[in-house]
Amino acid sequence: MQALGIEVLLKGSNFLRLLGGLWVALKISLIAVLFSIVLGILFGIVMTYKNPLVKIISRIYLEIVRIMPQMVLLFIVFFGTTRMFGWNLDAELAAIIVFTFWGTAEMGDLVRGAVSNIPKHQYESSYALGLSKAQTYYHIVIPQTLRRLIPLSINLVTRMIKTTSLVMMIGVVEALKVTQQIIEANRMVAPNAAFGLYLTVFILYFLACWPISLLATYLEKKWSA
Amino acid sequence: MNWSVIERYLPLYEKATLLTLKIGWLGVFLSIALGLLVAMIVHYRVPVLRQIAKVYVEIFRNTPLLIQLFFIYFGLPKVGISFSPEVCGVMGLGLLGGSYMAETFRSGIEAVDEIQYETALSLGMSKAQVMFHVVLPQAVTYSTPAFVANIIFLLKETSVFSAISLMDLMFTAKDLIGLYYKTAECLTMLVVFYLLILLPVSIIGSIVERRLSYASFGD
Repeated sequence: MQALGIEVLLKGSNFLRLLGGLWVALKISLIAVLFSIVLGILFGIVMTYKNPLVKIISRIYLEIVRIMPQMVLLFIVFFGTTRMFGWNLDAELAAIIVFTFWGTAEMGDLVRGAVSNIPKHQYESSYALGLSKAQTYYHIVIPQTLRRLIPLSINLVTRMIKTTSLVMMIGVVEALKVTQQIIEANRMVAPNAAFGLYLTVFILYFLACWPISLLATYLEKKWSA
Repeated sequence: MNWSVIERYLPLYEKATLLTLKIGWLGVFLSIALGLLVAMIVHYRVPVLRQIAKVYVEIFRNTPLLIQLFFIYFGLPKVGISFSPEVCGVMGLGLLGGSYMAETFRSGIEAVDEIQYETALSLGMSKAQVMFHVVLPQAVTYSTPAFVANIIFLLKETSVFSAISLMDLMFTAKDLIGLYYKTAECLTMLVVFYLLILLPVSIIGSIVERRLSYASFGD
């Protein structure tokens, strides 16, 4: 198996370095997800307003995020703004900004969808039963919204993790970059290590995302009944 | 903003756009075909193939395209399987998209009510007729929004191809920025060309969605 890179993987602290690289990507996505959830809920609530100006602005924002590849956004923030405004932006910070920008739009759209999906009769029935507006939201609307929202936002987490693999392109040293370094360092000893190492990264990403997807599917099934 | 710079690089961007479009749409078509196949296998509960399909969908839905491409392009040649970057791109995009499309089609088919099958069968239609005349038209309606979103997602994902040295838009922009340091012009052109590729898809997609939602049944 030496030829396929398993030995290279076990040599020294290579595997730990690989895990460290994965952690960098996971850290960026976790921070971005936290910001996106908070900002996205606010944005989603703002989007339910009927104000035409709010509608136009949020429409444009959503469309930008929907259409522009995340890689382009990363390049604009990391290379474009730094050149334009002359500031110095850390690649990880640039990634967090971009993924928060993207996640806020996605999360906002999910929140808007979940809130506006609550049928009108739910509000009317609870008013008819004598519940106040605050009580209606607290006991009727928010619990139903959360049930629709939580599985979808868990899915957003996996998409975030998958997309953060792109940060390698702006020079963040994450799992893929570490793998390249390990392959380069062992080029002479194990020329075929690329197969095993890339397969390992592939499996690591799968192991990071799969349990989260399973959880989302499970919750979706459990709460849809 | 320097217009002469833009004029000079325009042909390069045009070439890159054509390549992005070619690989992107080939990948999209491959993923639709693969998605339909997988959805059918899952729907008809074909033994063995169904388990394989399930594993395939889980694996490709839960890994990033960048990692898949690195494995296909840099990893597989080490065990004697190698492809050109173009083939790798189309294959990677097709495999990734196939798993997304399969899920979309499957949930569309599942959304069609049981009673529709039973009614059609009791009217004397064959199984194939039920599928093509009753179930699929409705399933298409249900899955259109996700289908359009998938196509946009896949065309966006083509930006990853620059990593396996395909001369797509992203690669061209990165290359020109590195060579001539004209960051603002190169990035603006990048954005404009991606808009040219994706805005029509987005607009046509939402028109189709609106048209088809009239055709939906029930409430």
